[in-house]
Formats: sequence, structure tokens, C-alpha cells
Amino acid sequence: MTSISDAAGTWPGTDELAAARLAKARADPPRLAADAADRVIADLTAGHRAVVVDSPPGAGKSALVVRAARTLARAGEPVMVVAQTNEQADDLVDRLAAASSGPPPQLLIGRLSAQDYVVSERVGRHSSVMVDTDAAALGGCLVIVGTAAKWATVKSGAWLFPWAVVDEAYQMRSDMLLRIAGHFDRALFVGDPGQLDPFSTVESDRWTGLTWDPMQSAVEVLLRHNDDIPVHRLPVSWRLPSHAVPVVAEAFYPFSSFVAGTRPGERRLSFATSAFRAGPLDDALELAAETGWALYELPPGFTVRTDAEAVGACAALAARLLERGCVAHSELSPAGQRVGPDRIAIGTAHRDQARAVRSALAALASAPGLTGQGRTGADLARVTVDTANRLQGREFDVVIVLHPLSGRRDATAFHLEAGRLCVLASRHRHACIVVARAGIPELLDAYPSTEPVHLNVPAKFPDGWEANQAVLAHLAERRVVVR
Amino acid sequence: MSTLTALAKAAAWSAGTAQPLALVRHVHLAERPLVFVPLALAGEANAPLAAMVGDDPDSPRLLVVSQPRNRDQRFAFAAELADVVVPYIEGFCSATEDVPASRDETRPRFLNAPQLVVPNLAGMGFVRLLGRSTRFRRTTGEFAVAPSVPVLGRWLTYLAERAEHPGSCMLLAATEALSRHWASGQSAMEDLNLAALVGWIDPPPGLTGAEAAEAAEDPVLSPPAGPATDPGFDNEVLEPLIEANGRADGDAALARSRAALERALSGQLLPTWRLVWRALNLLSALPEGGSVARRWDIDRDSFTAYYTYLRDTGLPQPRRDGAVAAARRLDWMERAQATYAAQQAFDDPLAMAEYRMAGEAFAGVVVKAEPERLDDSGKRRRLRPHIMVETADPVTVEKGTVLAAVRRPGQSARVVSVLAESDETASAEGDAEPDGVVRVVLELSGGMGRSLTAAPGSVPEVGEWLCYSSLAVDYQRPWDLPPAEETPWTHGGPPQPYVPADEDAVEEWS
Repeated sequence: MTSISDAAGTWPGTDELAAARLAKARADPPRLAADAADRVIADLTAGHRAVVVDSPPGAGKSALVVRAARTLARAGEPVMVVAQTNEQADDLVDRLAAASSGPPPQLLIGRLSAQDYVVSERVGRHSSVMVDTDAAALGGCLVIVGTAAKWATVKSGAWLFPWAVVDEAYQMRSDMLLRIAGHFDRALFVGDPGQLDPFSTVESDRWTGLTWDPMQSAVEVLLRHNDDIPVHRLPVSWRLPSHAVPVVAEAFYPFSSFVAGTRPGERRLSFATSAFRAGPLDDALELAAETGWALYELPPGFTVRTDAEAVGACAALAARLLERGCVAHSELSPAGQRVGPDRIAIGTAHRDQARAVRSALAALASAPGLTGQGRTGADLARVTVDTANRLQGREFDVVIVLHPLSGRRDATAFHLEAGRLCVLASRHRHACIVVARAGIPELLDAYPSTEPVHLNVPAKFPDGWEANQAVLAHLAERRVVVR
Repeated sequence: MSTLTALAKAAAWSAGTAQPLALVRHVHLAERPLVFVPLALAGEANAPLAAMVGDDPDSPRLLVVSQPRNRDQRFAFAAELADVVVPYIEGFCSATEDVPASRDETRPRFLNAPQLVVPNLAGMGFVRLLGRSTRFRRTTGEFAVAPSVPVLGRWLTYLAERAEHPGSCMLLAATEALSRHWASGQSAMEDLNLAALVGWIDPPPGLTGAEAAEAAEDPVLSPPAGPATDPGFDNEVLEPLIEANGRADGDAALARSRAALERALSGQLLPTWRLVWRALNLLSALPEGGSVARRWDIDRDSFTAYYTYLRDTGLPQPRRDGAVAAARRLDWMERAQATYAAQQAFDDPLAMAEYRMAGEAFAGVVVKAEPERLDDSGKRRRLRPHIMVETADPVTVEKGTVLAAVRRPGQSARVVSVLAESDETASAEGDAEPDGVVRVVLELSGGMGRSLTAAPGSVPEVGEWLCYSSLAVDYQRPWDLPPAEETPWTHGGPPQPYVPADEDAVEEWS
């Protein structure tokens, strides 16, 4: 998250110069993105103890990590790369290896792993990658990638890397950084400040206000103790379509707006079939195809978390989308590409909701009738259904969101958390369809955020309450009301 | 609130009496707990007004501060409280047992440990703040206090910090302990009222729980359980009495007005005092959970270690945790939380039911067993029996997950496959239909002896009912953290070590 103080005066601000830059940027996003990345790389040799890069969703964070790691490795000393999960670590290894597969000598890449790690296909296929559970065995590698949890088990003093590159640094807790900070001298921290904050299963109020509060993210603790660290921002989202960027930027990144990498009209959804008897499902799909957003609004009501109607609507939307043969046109495939089940995700707040959606999909797949036949039935099982926490860092063409506040009587801090909605509303390349019961704006009005304000805690923006209102206000104009 | 708790609350409402949330008791109850009911003066930060304290329900000791705004009287109160609490605690510091510390060393552990019981969470907060305001006091120089006061402060702080550890029972709040074991028909906020909660659980003859709880809302019949007092009492009784005490001239008048103050405050405290003991009786009627003694062992270990520290070094606990100390405490607490949750589920079928409903555990009957199955894929053949468990629970465990059965904690079971009955041929992992029967094939390892034939009874037999979950009660190693003097630059570098100073005694607010 960004505090007011460090957001002030950074690109783009509200003054004329910034406005002019913004206009120019819209005209040439690739150039803008390249300049920003060049500035980051230049700062790596400028003598800073650390460099922080804030990245909005899909702004080429991984590409930057790969480029930075390769640049640093060229100096001849091994680079430590810290990922947060094994999935992320494997992705980075894959990208690093692919980027380094040129003429020999190849860049040797180490994958530091835990005992029970199973080498994934995308890691195993590269000859330049060594996998080992012992850091000492990876001595010949110039880039060593591991999860933070694994790095924390490496004996302190065994290694001192001149540089570390920490990916998804806003998802790493301060106490994890404390455990691995002894392994490196300088570090590049890359992450998305708009995503979910780290959490704990226990009460952590006793540390609130301390600069080293272990519940902060790694970046927050770093910036609070080192005020001379440059903070860069990646200015172009390659993932979000042009009609999603203003909404997401305004709601979740109020002080660091960014632009879309594609022009309006460049990303388009079309359907191979037209709706035979148009109903609310088709209305919502058409609206989403046209405007990039749709709110599928169910009648108001208080429900249990696994609201059968809302869960069913999520599944039915996914099924209908597959059935209609949705085609995505984008800068990558101007001629269009079918939106397969692997390109669709359904996001929820809670795990039991995800489970309920999965059973609803299974029920649709096995039910006789329209959706049960042929390809669609088998496809339904392959749609990704998961919670916001697990969808972090992933990308799809169309995302269906079960709104965290749908059918609720109260709005708790968990359900209001800006990061949760931000993750759910920023995973898509083409369209996002939100399923919710009517009445959320009224619920928000009845539950203004009541979190206490603590001394010495930097104010966090955006406020979850405000972010929720902003997104709902935008969706209100793209609403399909179900009766 | 989980679905089961919500259901129990709804059932309590319609039945008019509290419903059980646990079949066993998850807290340790000491043979001789020390009950402490504090009252604070309204409008002052944690200013002690009165307290009832003691280990005998029939003879509480009443402590009263006749002028709570007077700083000297405040520390006189602390000294009086210390005269009760410190001897109580130190009474446990003699008899020890030897427990293994490493392969060939042992360490002593006190056979028992103190247990302080307060009425509610706010009472715990009072203990913490009183500890905070007394542990740095100096016994010499300006603002000197009785030598027992800083010792009391250290112990109260220790107990309050211990209470943050999930599963620790050295400082209990009666409302917390009761609402862990019973669901009342009122909101969680209303459950903070001890009298109302006890009313739901154990209503007097002729009343339903709801009626008893409603009656308990009258502050005249059931004075608040503290530390905050009833504003009506403050205005109409307390204020005139304190004022009269301030004006009293002469020993006899002073004694008279003090006696009146004590009578009034005793009237406010006694109902809560009795309620706390009743709460302890209600809890003691439940059978103790299987892991309670193990958690109490950890409490005793911690108590022994702190007693030794206090005897040898004796510095008060720092005002704030440093970066390393905070990370270490968080790690302890998270591990304790995970262990506590798992132990409760293993001890208590009702706690496990939550996990079964969420699909993280399942219970069923063994329908097939291959106790002789050997795994010869590796260099050496190993005994890896397979069993198939049939369950009607919603199963969401994935292939490869390691599970353990409640009754066979030493044996791990890796999920080989999950088959829903509807599609035996396709392997629909995890996503079984909620109502269908699911068959889970498990590969067992451990707990079967050393040979290639399983020891008799070590492999579940066909027809046996088992409950498997991925909850682990195993000991997890604490994190490796740098020593405090090597705190890295990312966290502000090494901190200044604490040196006790005279300024510690002149903090304005204490």
C-alpha cells in the first residue's frame, strides 16, 4: 500500500506536466514501459541499498524480475531470487531459462527447493536449470531461485549475496524478510501494492504502530526504516483492457494511476453463436463483451455464505459463456481465439464458496439438457474456481466474481479489504462479470469502516470501503437485473 | 462464526437454553485457582478501585482504594494485591520433576503452576495494564514503592502475555472459557456479560436461559463484572462515599466512612465473585480433553523458565517487543494456534465436525484393506498398506495430501485417489458431490513395526470407523531468527539494549 507522503510528487501527478505526460503515454505505452524499466535497471548500479518497484496488475513485473536478475548476474556474482510460492518460483525459473537460452555459455540457474518438492514440467525441460535442496550444491549457478520459506532455512552466514531480487514483495510478511535479510547485501523489491495484505491466524494488535510490526509487508517495513530508497512505479498494465484500467486505477491505485497497454477496441469479445432466447445470462454476457464489465444482480436478500442462487449464477454464466463459443480478439491474436475453460476463472472470497461453485459446475456438467452435452460438459470441470488469495498473480480472459459482500448482513474488515476486491477485479484480459445480490451500496452505507486509527501506523490507501463504492458505482451502469 | 456455531446459537435460542459446543473440556482447571475480580474507577486509565481476590470461594479478600485518584494509594493497593498474588504464585515454585531436555540431559519443571481466573476479557486487560504500570517501579529513590510491587508487575505481565498464547491456561477469562464450550442464544457481544452467559448455561429453577439472561441485564440485581462499574452506582453510591471519605475527620469517622465504602464495593463485587466460581464449577463438570494435560505441561515449562529468569536476571519485560522478539513471539503464537486447533479437533468430535463440514476432514468405514501391500518402486521394499474408506462427508482433500486418523496419530496416510460413487471410472479428484458417497484410497506408513509384515492391529481392518484429517499435532521446529544484536538493516538495525533507569518510575500515567 502507498502512504500519502510517498505518493506525492510522483508520476503522474495532477499538475499540467503530468497531464501532458499522461497524454503522451497513452499514445505510446510500450515506450513508456520501457523507459520505466530502464530507470529501474539504472538505479541498480546507482549505489542504493534497495530499490522498490510498485507494479499495478499485469504490468510486466515478472519480465522486470527476469531482466534485473540477468543484469545483476552479468556482474559475475550470484543473484538470490526470492519468490513467495513454489508456483511463482517455477514460473520465474521457466522465464529466466527461456530468456537465457541463447548461444553458450548459458546462464546456469539454480532452483533451491524443499525436500518434498516435485520438479514441475516447466522447470525440468530446461537443461540450464539445476534443482537441489542444498544451497551449497548450487554453487555454480549465477541465479538461484527459491521460495522465501526455503531461503529462511538456509544457514545464516553460509551465503552473502551482493544482490537479492524479491518478487511479490507485498505478499511477504515483515518477519519473513527478517529471516532472510541476512543472506543479501542489497535488494530489489518488486510487487503489487494493491493486492491482499499478509495475514495471521493470531491476534497481532500488540505490535500495531511499531515500525517493525511483523504483520506489515516486507516493503512497508523496509521503507519505514530506510527513507532514502527509490520507489518506482510501472506505468502500463498489459493485462487489463483499456476499459478496465480507469476503474481499477481509480478504485485501487488512487495515487499512482497507470495506462492500458492496448488501445480501445483492440481487445474485443465476440460469440460464435447468437442467443436463441435471450435471458439475463445472455444479457450479462453481451454487456460484458461490449463494455468489459457486467453486474449480474440477483434480488436482494440475506443469505448464508454459500448462497445457492448466487453460486448457481456464477456456474451458469461460465457454462453459458462456453456454450456460446466466446472468441477473444486481442493484440496477440487479432483474428480471434476461442475462450477455452482454461481462460475462464470464477473468483470468490471464501474457500467454501469456491467449493460450492465447483459442485454447481459439476452438477451443470452432469445435468441433461442444454449445457450437459458434448464439449461443454467436460470443459466445465476445467474452469478455474478459487479464492482471491489463490488467484493472486494469475491471468484469465474472462473472470466471473462472486462479490464478497453479496447477501451479507454486515461488512467486516475481511470482506471490505480493498486488496480482495482488487485481486478479483483485475485478473482479466477481456471482461469481468460480477455476481451479487442487490443492496450492497446500502450495506456499505450501513457499515462505514470502523477500524480504529492507530498512532504511528501509516494511513493506507485506498480505503476498502471507498474502493468498494467506486467499483459498485461503475458497475451500476452495467447492470443486468434478475427477477 | 462457523456454520455449526450459528446452528447451535439458533438451537439455543429456540430451546431457551445454551447448547454444547464441545463434548470435552478444552481448558485446564487448576485444583486451587486464584480468582481475581477487579474494579476500576470510571474516567481514569486503569485506576484500581477495588478487587476481590482469593483461592477459596468462601473467603474472598476485599481490597479497596478509598481515593482512587491518589497515586500513593494506587501503589498501596498494588502492594496489598502483591501480598496475595506473589505468595500464591511462589507457592508453586518448590516441588519439581525432571523432564528430558536433550538426549542425555534433563531439566527441572515445577509440578504445578498458578492459574489466575478473571471474569472477562476486560479483566484480562486490567491485569495487563496493572502489570505495565507496576513492573518498572523502583523500590528506592523518588516515588519508591514496596519491594513486592515491581515483582507483582512482572508476574502480572507474564500472565497477561501468556494468555495471548493459544491454548495456555495460566490466565483465564470466565466468559471466554464458557463461550468456548457453550453456545448461548444471544450475540457474541452479549456473551461478554458473565451473568447473562451463566444465565443461559445454568438458569435458576423456574426460568429459561433467555429469561435468566434478561434478568441479568439489571445492574442492580447483577452488577457489571468489571472492571468498569455501573454508572448508576458511580453517581448515586460511589461518588458520595468517596467524597465523605475525603471529608472524614478523625479516626473514628474515617473508619466509619471506609467501612461504608467497603460494604458498597463488596456488594458490587460479590455477585461476580460467585459467578466466576460457578463458571469454574460448570466447566469442571465436563470431562477433560485428551490434550489438556499436554498443554498444561507447556504452561508449566514456561512458568518454570520465567521463574528461573526472574530469580537470576529479573529485569522487567521490555515495554515493546523488538523486531526479532516480535517475529519470534508471532512464530510461537502461530504454531501454538495451529497445534491448539488440531488438538481440539482430535479431542472433541464436535470440534472435528467443523472440519468435516468444510471438507478438510472426513469420517467413514474401511471397506477394503490390503495390509500386506509392499511398495517396491524404490531400492528397498517398504510396507505401504492401502485401505479404502467410504464416507458420506464432502471430501475436498487432494491426491498426495498426507492425513492422519484421530485414533492413529502416529500413522500417516497419503491420499492415493478420491472416487465419487457417481463416476467410479473418471477420477474426479476432490470435487465430490455433497450428498454422494465418496471412496478414498489411502496409503499408510509408520506405526506398523519394523518388519515387512504389519504388526497385528496396526492396519485398520474392514469395518473399522475412522476419521481422517490433514490437521497435524506434531511438534514444529521454531524458526531460525537472527539474534537481536544482529537485527538487519531492513528492520532498523540492532536495537539499543534496555538499561533500567530512574526515569522508569516517573511515567506520568502510571
